[in-house]
Amino acid sequence: MGDNNPHPILRVKNCLYLFIFLLSIWIILTNTFQYEELLTGILISFVLTLILNKNYQKLGLPPIGLKRLVYFIIYILVLLKEIIKANFDVAYRVLHPKMPIKPGIVIIKTELKQDIAKILLANSITLTPGTFTLDIKNDELLIHWIYVRSEEKGESTKKIGKKFEKYLKVVFA
Amino acid sequence: MELVGVIITGIGVLFLFLGNFGILRLPDVYNRIQAGTKCTTFGTFFTVIGIGIIQPEWFWKCLLIAVFVMFTNPISSHAIARASKKSGIPLCDRSVVDQTREFEEKEEA
Amino acid sequence: MNETIIIVFLGLIAGGILLSLIRMLIGPTASDRAVAVDTITTTIVGMLVILAFVFDRYIYLDVALVYSLLAFVGLCAIARFMERGF
Repeated sequence: MGDNNPHPILRVKNCLYLFIFLLSIWIILTNTFQYEELLTGILISFVLTLILNKNYQKLGLPPIGLKRLVYFIIYILVLLKEIIKANFDVAYRVLHPKMPIKPGIVIIKTELKQDIAKILLANSITLTPGTFTLDIKNDELLIHWIYVRSEEKGESTKKIGKKFEKYLKVVFA
Repeated sequence: MELVGVIITGIGVLFLFLGNFGILRLPDVYNRIQAGTKCTTFGTFFTVIGIGIIQPEWFWKCLLIAVFVMFTNPISSHAIARASKKSGIPLCDRSVVDQTREFEEKEEA
Repeated sequence: MNETIIIVFLGLIAGGILLSLIRMLIGPTASDRAVAVDTITTTIVGMLVILAFVFDRYIYLDVALVYSLLAFVGLCAIARFMERGF
């Protein structure tokens, strides 16, 4: 969850990141650079930053650094590759006349601590080949697997979660 | 450039169709969620990005829609799956393993 | 993009929605229907973006965005209702 009482300068920096993020979404939504639109956007983003500031600090997002950014980009690339693989996998199972499925529900363990990291892990598990998340409790995830390859906990953890956890652990260290 | 956009949109549309086909064909709720979530997320992503490539002024807004769908779709299907597990819908006959009970017991202890 | 391609794309999407609609009508449990609705709404977001291109209306993209947002909130409400009732 991060520090409860971060350094004031760090807090101002976090507020600035949030402000820039909100403003860029506003610019994408309105799709113009007109003077009035920009002014309204800056006003609204400022008010929203003031309101959301507290919740944003509570999310436990890590400070931005070069190493984290690189690992996050690698994570996104791995995710995209897995998504494409997942789709061909599902298409094969749906179109095959005999439907080669062997479904089951298994438990896997995770080492991530922050809530937001767990959410990202659960979402990426949902988008990868043959698995999706049913429930999260503390450090365990309940996974539905369309073609069960192993029923033992350690083995399935290695097969499902490890490839993303590797990167997320560095990003949220 | 337009040809690339058309091809990407075509792939997206094909997968949207396959996802809907899977919804009709697979045997129980959980397997249907598998097909539904993956194929529609991927299909919508590619369709929207393809249109963004054909019409470059729209690209950023299309990217926003795609990322939004990519974040919310897994969450909503996860919510439905959890609800159907809690309301006691059984797995289909071809299932081989179910460790739900183990999971629930650990929660109480 | 010429007309034939657009008609093929929209036809595929419409066929897909029809298949999900059948599942929504015959689905044995409430969750089956909810999943079918989820799939249909996500498919329609893609369809709206294609239609925005066909009619050349930028505003349809906003419609797609708001539609996906509302579908997400609605499905979460349905899931919560199925989990423990209101």
